[in-house]
Amino acid sequence: MSAPERTAPSAEPTSALAIETRGLTKRFGSQTAVAGIDLAVPRGSVFGFLGPNGSGKTTSIRMLMGLVAPSSGEAQVLGSDISTGVGDVLPRVGALVEGPAFLPFLSGAANLNRFDAADRWAPSATRRRRIADALDAVGLGAAASKKVHAYSLGMKQRLGLAGALLMPRELLVLDEPTNGLDPQGTREVRSLIRSFADGGTTVFVSSHLLAEIEQVCSHAAVLSAGALVAQGRLEELAGEARVRVVTPDAAAASTVLTQLGLAVQTTPADAAAPVATDAGPVVLASVGESGVDLDRVVDRLVGAGVRVRGFALEQPSLEDRFVALTGAGFDVDH
Amino acid sequence: MSTTENASGAESSAITAGLHPSSGESVAPAPRRGVGWALLASELSVLFRRRRTIALLAALAAIPILIAVAIRLSSSTRAGRGPAFLDQITQNGLFVGVAALVVAIPLFLPLTIGVVAGDTIAGEASHGTLRYLLMAPAGRARLLLVKFAGAAAFCVAAALTVVVAGTLIGALLFPVGPVPLLSGDTVSVGEALLRFLAIAAFVAISMLGMSAIGLFFSTLTSVPVGAMATTIAFAVASQILDALPQVAWLHPWLFSHQWLGFADLLRQPISWQTFGDNAVLQAGYVVVFGALALARFLTKDVLS
Repeated sequence: MSAPERTAPSAEPTSALAIETRGLTKRFGSQTAVAGIDLAVPRGSVFGFLGPNGSGKTTSIRMLMGLVAPSSGEAQVLGSDISTGVGDVLPRVGALVEGPAFLPFLSGAANLNRFDAADRWAPSATRRRRIADALDAVGLGAAASKKVHAYSLGMKQRLGLAGALLMPRELLVLDEPTNGLDPQGTREVRSLIRSFADGGTTVFVSSHLLAEIEQVCSHAAVLSAGALVAQGRLEELAGEARVRVVTPDAAAASTVLTQLGLAVQTTPADAAAPVATDAGPVVLASVGESGVDLDRVVDRLVGAGVRVRGFALEQPSLEDRFVALTGAGFDVDH
Repeated sequence: MSTTENASGAESSAITAGLHPSSGESVAPAPRRGVGWALLASELSVLFRRRRTIALLAALAAIPILIAVAIRLSSSTRAGRGPAFLDQITQNGLFVGVAALVVAIPLFLPLTIGVVAGDTIAGEASHGTLRYLLMAPAGRARLLLVKFAGAAAFCVAAALTVVVAGTLIGALLFPVGPVPLLSGDTVSVGEALLRFLAIAAFVAISMLGMSAIGLFFSTLTSVPVGAMATTIAFAVASQILDALPQVAWLHPWLFSHQWLGFADLLRQPISWQTFGDNAVLQAGYVVVFGALALARFLTKDVLS
């Protein structure tokens, strides 16, 4: 339904995109981790980067952050090509990639001090205060001088987020930011992401947890086995509302629905939808832009002699789409 | 700038306020960029505050202390037995530092250098902090340079530790007086101490080539122990080759060839010939292995 071409890079001017890739590919030996993805992340969006484990999310992010060289294709981050100018752009990017990482024998504040000292654009005069602010922002103010080896997983995750917040950023790249966090921490991260989006920061957040994405994102892309299978605004991705009619007179029902301007789905759009129930065959039709008065649909069906056993208006969830796009299997893709 | 918002107590609003300057819409950092000495300062502070580094230096300091105590406790030391300078210690405690260096150079000193140099990049990779340093962004060449500077600083600290600890324990346990040199002349205590400092400098420079080799191995792996062991094995292999007369043609090119060549600094007049030769040799190793490390590190896919 929503092919990657829907928001092809050419659809929007370059300046409006925080991240733009064309055919970005990474091969490790004979294995293709990322297979020619065309990402278009609008500035100011909260962009969910979805995919099962092993689908290439982290490798894509590593390429965008200049850690890994692409095998082919190109990418621009904040208008700079990653093959040439990533060093000039990274000071404006805060990142949490593949979990937080720190020297365990240093305190949380000392670790942040180290990362901040590595950034030549970060003024040393304000370093101490910026570190304290970042630690307070993630609720670690009290544990600032504790050694990191004494931190819990959730505390390390918070410290990683603090590291991404040391400087004002135009783009935040957060790879699985709520990993290891308790429900309270997850909520805090969500509100943090929202507050940054409100401040104009583009947030690129990868996750395999759909609930996170659905609640905070304005856009999303779905990656499966290294390929981008969907990309666009969240409401487009989730799919359109559809009516579900259970009737033994499937053919007649389809005709009536089509006359009403609904798009009958001859084959179910996703594997999760049953073709038939105990009550009889099912006809699915998406409402789309038809503007049909849904209150009158059953009336018209009955008027045409269709025996209606069940009628429902349903909104496919993002999870349905996610499973449909990436396959329901739990196995890691190869 | 964040005080008023923080007072609200609401987590999310405090975040926005505390981290985005209220001064304007622009979130772009200042275009100015510093020289970046902060990274070197941070590296040195982490290195020398680290318990492992302190333990390594303490182990090096223990060598002259063990030597001095052992000689003090034994009734007699026959001349000509044991490592060079050992029999001189009972006459003059200032020799403890030099004798300890002779003992430490073949194995103990390269061991500590190998640990520090092998850990430079691989240690960061194994902790996962390498990717965060690079995303900061530290700059790959700059990070490598800073890491080598840290390893070089450790070379200086290691050599100084042996000499200083040796001189102190020697002064404590043995008589101290004008120092007889290898050429037969005698120099004052003050000049002798200066010469010992020159020897420490010689030894520190001797270890730079090995540090560059360790730095290179460190860029090849994310397992620091592997890089450390390989570096130390190289030091041992180099000394073994240096002892084999069959490969005499190779000897001048071995990075360990001049390691014990500081005797010239104990002659009158002082001869800087070996000092200079050694410095050139070590500089060659630093250039070659530094270039290899740079070539490897600039193109490396950081997957750790």
